Amino acid sequence: MIDVNVHLSQWPFRRVPDDDTPSLVQRLKAAGVTQAWAGTFDALLHRNLSAANARLADECARHGDGVLLPFGSVNPMLPDWREDLRRCAEVHRMRGIRLYPNYHGYRLDQSEFATLLDAAVERKLIVQMALKMEDERTQHPLVSVPAVDPAPLAEMVAARPNLRLVVLNGLGLLRGEALTRLARSGQVWFDLAMLEGAAGIERVLPTLPVERLLFGSHAPFFLHEAAVLKLQESELPQPVRDAIVAGNAAKILS
Amino acid sequence: MMPVIWDLHCHLAGIDGRTLDERMAKLAAIADRMGIARLVVSMGVPWSQTPSPEDFRRQNDQVVEALTHWHHRAFGLAYLNPHFPEESLAEIERMIAQGPLVGIKLWVARRCRDADLDPIIRRCGELRALVFQHTWLKTTGNYEGESTPQDFAELAARHPDVPMILGHSGGNWELGLRTVRGLPNVWVETAGFDPTAGMVELAVQELGADRVIYGSDAAGRSFASQLAKVAGAKISAADKELIYGRNLQRLLSPILAAKGIKP
Repeated sequence: MIDVNVHLSQWPFRRVPDDDTPSLVQRLKAAGVTQAWAGTFDALLHRNLSAANARLADECARHGDGVLLPFGSVNPMLPDWREDLRRCAEVHRMRGIRLYPNYHGYRLDQSEFATLLDAAVERKLIVQMALKMEDERTQHPLVSVPAVDPAPLAEMVAARPNLRLVVLNGLGLLRGEALTRLARSGQVWFDLAMLEGAAGIERVLPTLPVERLLFGSHAPFFLHEAAVLKLQESELPQPVRDAIVAGNAAKILS
Repeated sequence: MMPVIWDLHCHLAGIDGRTLDERMAKLAAIADRMGIARLVVSMGVPWSQTPSPEDFRRQNDQVVEALTHWHHRAFGLAYLNPHFPEESLAEIERMIAQGPLVGIKLWVARRCRDADLDPIIRRCGELRALVFQHTWLKTTGNYEGESTPQDFAELAARHPDVPMILGHSGGNWELGLRTVRGLPNVWVETAGFDPTAGMVELAVQELGADRVIYGSDAAGRSFASQLAKVAGAKISAADKELIYGRNLQRLLSPILAAKGIKP
């Protein structure tokens, strides 16, 4: 099982169970996770992303037990963000980066985002992007962060045929034609962490080709069991289940 | 041994089906996959946030119709609008006192702190009918008639002998739980917000496991994501059993017994 959506460190607004790396790894392994793509909660609000990424890489190396794959963060609105990107690729040997446009204060139609995508493609990095981290209705009133508007994404992707983009926490926000158009590009994948509705996987598959769907839990902020139980809630032929649980993610890395 | 799971919070909306029976059958089939033994259903299709008496009667008739072939698997709640207290009381007589439903569901028509709700709650108390009130405290702002946990606490404090359930635990559960923890006639429900970790642990710590009830808010919500809150909680197996089903069974047992319904 490959979980493409976990975070290390601490959620900024409360302590959650398993927000220390060894406990999280233990929980993931107990659920059968063999690889987890890990970002860091520190990337949401910390300005020193260089340090946040270094800690993330160090945590994965020290406590990852062979499971954690670090995805550092780059904020294109920060001075000298290219150095953060370079360190992710060259120093920490990361396979990809994770972006939080809403927490970092830019829209997807801004040139800074386009420039960052180009730089990531040039370095052959996978780009993960969280459309949201939390239901806006439950956010701390002093830190209200609207979800990312994904509308410009289709054009940005179409203009970069070598981009590999993994949209996190996007199912629910993205639906219908907007989702279909992105999926058709063949360059974009979506995780199921925020997919809701009874038998949600079964119901999204007519819109979203199965090869575009990835297992992602958003743990430890969300219970890891939520993503696992969604696999039980839908009737999925074994090859479909295998693709979602690991096969699709493995192909992105290959 | 598998725990017995009763789901307090299900709807007929958000699930495919040409008829109410098809919707109910589909809902039950998905619930089967998750090991859910009983569903409590409320509200019809389409629903309305501020239903007229005619509309809530129509929706309750739909619930009764949906349950026709499912009395062994499901119970129903009567949807009311407290802006119409007399008509709501009449609906309690029609659907609960004289009919098959086992409690009331109050949604977002009117904030529940208002005194006009008192006769409704009193009558439910007499019938031992379940009182289930939706609550949210949204950072983005509530609907005009949407009850907060504070509204609910005022109502519950006026009726200390009537058990009541805080729907969604207030959504912003850290606030909702602390609002009602001192009210022993209040149970909290786990449904209808994202599967954020730690909610059930906090509820057990602050209220005790015997005052926490599992619900999903399916079919709009996933049974899976909502069950996970209990399944993944760091609490004892005995506490999980209470939350999954035993607490709701206990709350419903007087009215089920009065109606001659086997749990």
